[in-house]
Amino acid sequence: MSSYIPNTNADRRRMLDTLGLDSVEELFEVIPADKRFPHLDLPRPLSEMEVRKLLGSLAERNADLDHHPCFLGAGAYRHFVPAAVDHIIARGEFYTAYTPYQPEASQGTLTSIYEFQTMICDLMGMDVANASMYDGATALAEAGLMAARVTRRDGLVVSSTLHPRYRQVLRTYTQGMGMEIRQVGHGDDGAVDLGQTTQLLDASTAALMVQYPNFLGCLEDVLALSELASSAGSLLVVCVDPLALGLLRPPGELGADIAVGEGQPLGNPLSYGGPYVGLFACRQRYLRQMPGRLVGMTRDSQGRRGFVLTLQPREQHIRREKATSNICTNEALVALAVTTYLALMGKQGLRQVAELCYHKAHYAAEEIAALPGFERLLGQFFKEFVIRTPVPPAEVNVSLWEQGIIGGYELGRDYPELDDCLLFCVTEMNSREEIDLLASALGEVGRER
Amino acid sequence: MTEPLLFELSSPGRVGCRLPDLDVPESPLPEGLTRRELCLPELSEREVVQHFTRLSQINFGVDTGFYPLGSCTMKYNPRLHEDVARLAGFTQIHPSQNESTVQGALQLMFELQRYLAEITGLPGVSLQPVAGAHGELTGMLIIRAYHLERGDEGRSIVLVPDSAHGTNPATAAMCGYSVSAVPSDRRGNIDVRELEKLADERVAGLMLTNPNTLGLFEEDVLRVSEIVHESGGLIYCDGANMNALLGVATPAELGADVLHLNLHKTFSTPHGGGGPGGGPTAVTRDLIPFLPVPRVARRETGESGTEDTEYYLDYEWPVSIGPVGGFYGNFGVMVKAYAYLRSLGAQGLREVSENAVLNANYILHQLRDYYQLSYDRTCLHECVFSGKTQASLGVHTLDIAKRLIDLGFHPPTVYFPLTVDEALMIEPTETESVETLDAFIAAMRQIAREAETDPELVRSAPHSAPVMRLDEVTAARKLDLRWQR
Amino acid sequence: MHPVDRKYTKEHEWAKLDEGLAVVGITDYAQEQLGDIVYVELPQPGETLSQFDAFGIIESVKAASDLVAPVSGEVLAINEELVDKPELVNEDPYEAGWMLKVQPQDESEMNPLMTAEEYGAFLRTLEE
Repeated sequence: MSSYIPNTNADRRRMLDTLGLDSVEELFEVIPADKRFPHLDLPRPLSEMEVRKLLGSLAERNADLDHHPCFLGAGAYRHFVPAAVDHIIARGEFYTAYTPYQPEASQGTLTSIYEFQTMICDLMGMDVANASMYDGATALAEAGLMAARVTRRDGLVVSSTLHPRYRQVLRTYTQGMGMEIRQVGHGDDGAVDLGQTTQLLDASTAALMVQYPNFLGCLEDVLALSELASSAGSLLVVCVDPLALGLLRPPGELGADIAVGEGQPLGNPLSYGGPYVGLFACRQRYLRQMPGRLVGMTRDSQGRRGFVLTLQPREQHIRREKATSNICTNEALVALAVTTYLALMGKQGLRQVAELCYHKAHYAAEEIAALPGFERLLGQFFKEFVIRTPVPPAEVNVSLWEQGIIGGYELGRDYPELDDCLLFCVTEMNSREEIDLLASALGEVGRER
Repeated sequence: MTEPLLFELSSPGRVGCRLPDLDVPESPLPEGLTRRELCLPELSEREVVQHFTRLSQINFGVDTGFYPLGSCTMKYNPRLHEDVARLAGFTQIHPSQNESTVQGALQLMFELQRYLAEITGLPGVSLQPVAGAHGELTGMLIIRAYHLERGDEGRSIVLVPDSAHGTNPATAAMCGYSVSAVPSDRRGNIDVRELEKLADERVAGLMLTNPNTLGLFEEDVLRVSEIVHESGGLIYCDGANMNALLGVATPAELGADVLHLNLHKTFSTPHGGGGPGGGPTAVTRDLIPFLPVPRVARRETGESGTEDTEYYLDYEWPVSIGPVGGFYGNFGVMVKAYAYLRSLGAQGLREVSENAVLNANYILHQLRDYYQLSYDRTCLHECVFSGKTQASLGVHTLDIAKRLIDLGFHPPTVYFPLTVDEALMIEPTETESVETLDAFIAAMRQIAREAETDPELVRSAPHSAPVMRLDEVTAARKLDLRWQR
Repeated sequence: MHPVDRKYTKEHEWAKLDEGLAVVGITDYAQEQLGDIVYVELPQPGETLSQFDAFGIIESVKAASDLVAPVSGEVLAINEELVDKPELVNEDPYEAGWMLKVQPQDESEMNPLMTAEEYGAFLRTLEE
């Protein structure tokens, strides 16, 4: 018997006697006899020691970033996680709790969600934020569905500089809803083409959806885009890198109606793509159409401050098929990590991290662009930039890997016109030595051609 | 004492983490785009740790005590899983790294897919969905794609039992379907005769939970599947209650075409206060082409004579519904579920369900003379009572729930399923000892007595929680969703 | 028991003709079922309603229900007081808790609606 089941045979015997049964099998007589107790072909059970060893050997077969400098971004980022974050989310009272439906037993979780909502609002410059979504991609998709509900229109205009995977997830989410998605291209500066945007926006457009900084690393002219959207009566949805908002003006100041983003950079490891956390914030007037959970402040019968889940009638467990979304479980513990991270970094720290990324990325871009055969493309950027390489990007990465360096993202996968380009990302985790190493390794690649 | 918020503890100039100095030359900041004001609290590490430690102390988790939320499967979360999930080889790998550099991760995912396929009897598995509702959406989009691929555009309705979890109809609506409710019969099963009337060529499928939200096995499940299949529809199985069926029955054998599982329920990964979870979707062979991309696959490499296996991400599925998330799913959660399955094996899984079902029936038996049992049947892993008797004395299910907090237990699920008046849904799980069950039973019996002898005590509960009953009406009327300076 | 100066629907709305306008609200039974009302979403003046179509939403802490139009017509006025004091619907559903004033397209639409007596009988069948 597994150590996770406390009851012994004697305990079970006693319980069966109370029930007047001979064996546990009798409890399953309702299952059709020929379907009952199938044989499952699974590996034999292992002891704790053996499981630990097995998992250790699987982990060792992965080249991890503690041992390799990495310049990959493209929607998942290596940022510093202060030690205290993991200690806090490893507290059993937090991670073994459920959704806080009984507020009197869950003030810890509820209070921290209220703090999360507050900080996301301040970071994004928006009026209200929910308790989290699954990730940036699904947050964007739900923003599209929300815009359709608010405006009662079924068209979306989406920038080609929005993360390619996010655009695919948007299509997946809207495929049953009769929505039309139009894509607007980008210019030589790597930003959304304003002229094309004007042409594509019309009275059927629920929202214009853009990313800032965008997938190619560039800074969009969000103010101009918000003016175009509002002249068409459409909402503006902005997908952000929340860490960039330590330095850059937030979407709320630039005209966004809905702001979404991927919260992974704020205190969460890369973890091969998940768990991450979707950020979702909007203007006050759209509050009741917002998906996800919301925590509100209130008082108890003694006048003490407390927190509860509120506006639950919008959610699936009450509104059912008319709910704003089907979301139930979200990414609460990851959101708690974000809250802890933002509390530790604070006003000064987040600005400092963002600046470190900015200056290091610009230094790296300059060094690389100065190498013969290498050229930086596109306009202003934050921490990611596009480099045209003298040999095919895949070969560049192979050479870099030979030196133990994980190189940039091969843009040809998603942008055929950039198939000779790599997207490099530099964060506060890349020391000057690492950057110089990258530049010199690339220099060698250039020379070999 | 109420714990202050981060913003109330904040003091200008405090920092919680020291960052390194800039080691490269500065570049000019982007004009007009630099932020003027950043409003975040300023605290030292000590204060942050103290704050969250105190918050954790006013939170109830499975670690704290019995947490019998029906349909949530609040089982013990093994510590080993927390350790192995934190190995750098799992946490410090980038999802866009070259696949040859992350073979351990891909192997883990591939094997987990295989184990879940074996447990469900459904060979096609996607690990991409990160929550049950996410898995449901994936599954229903697959059903939709299947019908369209066959050229059948007339299926606009999904049937959902009236006892179903709210995510079911919400999900169907997100796929563009309208929802028709199927009533239950007097034994708590789907009413087969009503189903026969409803199942026609406009129905894309039935969303079935088995055992259902009453904790009861659908006695006519084979006939139910037959009816739906005969009318050309598919069976979507909500696998939230899989804790009753591990090694006991495979959903595929009971007629399921599509199913989602909850890693954070059945497979012991922690609930986290509301996530992260895992909601893998499993399908029959015919539906495999519609699964989300990418899928984790395996191929043999190397020349003949050598045995070399390589794991990779397979995007070559032209009729896939598309990706449902940013990357490959909650990998960090998968590691824990994988460790669990490697620890338990087939025998261990069967023991889980046997003990879960025994524990639930024990509670049912010991409380049936105190609370009204809606359906006089053997339950599976959870039992549902109605608080109607107590309600007639002026003590409602909500009051019973709050009183349990005083007695040291987390309340069970209340007011769900909607088909039972004053519902109390109790799921003990297999990881609770008989002593704990007896203590819970004693507490519930005490409350039943108090409802008769001292109802006001129950109605004004909780008395010993960090807060008393909170005013949810004012919270909704005067919305305060963020702290204001 | 139920005001006799108006007609009732199966969705527990009432409509009362007052100087050619139809005043609309929900019944005492409805407000009791919903519990403490926290929010009422109403259409804007100028919008046109169709009989038996949903025109808004009423929310309590534990439920959210569609509001269904008892008559067709143009919305001339809405009860602005409900924005800040949704509890008026609980306190006085038949007078201060009124929701809409509608210019009815066709007064005969009210003929098939229930009288106070018929509504009372209808409620008794629900309680069985």
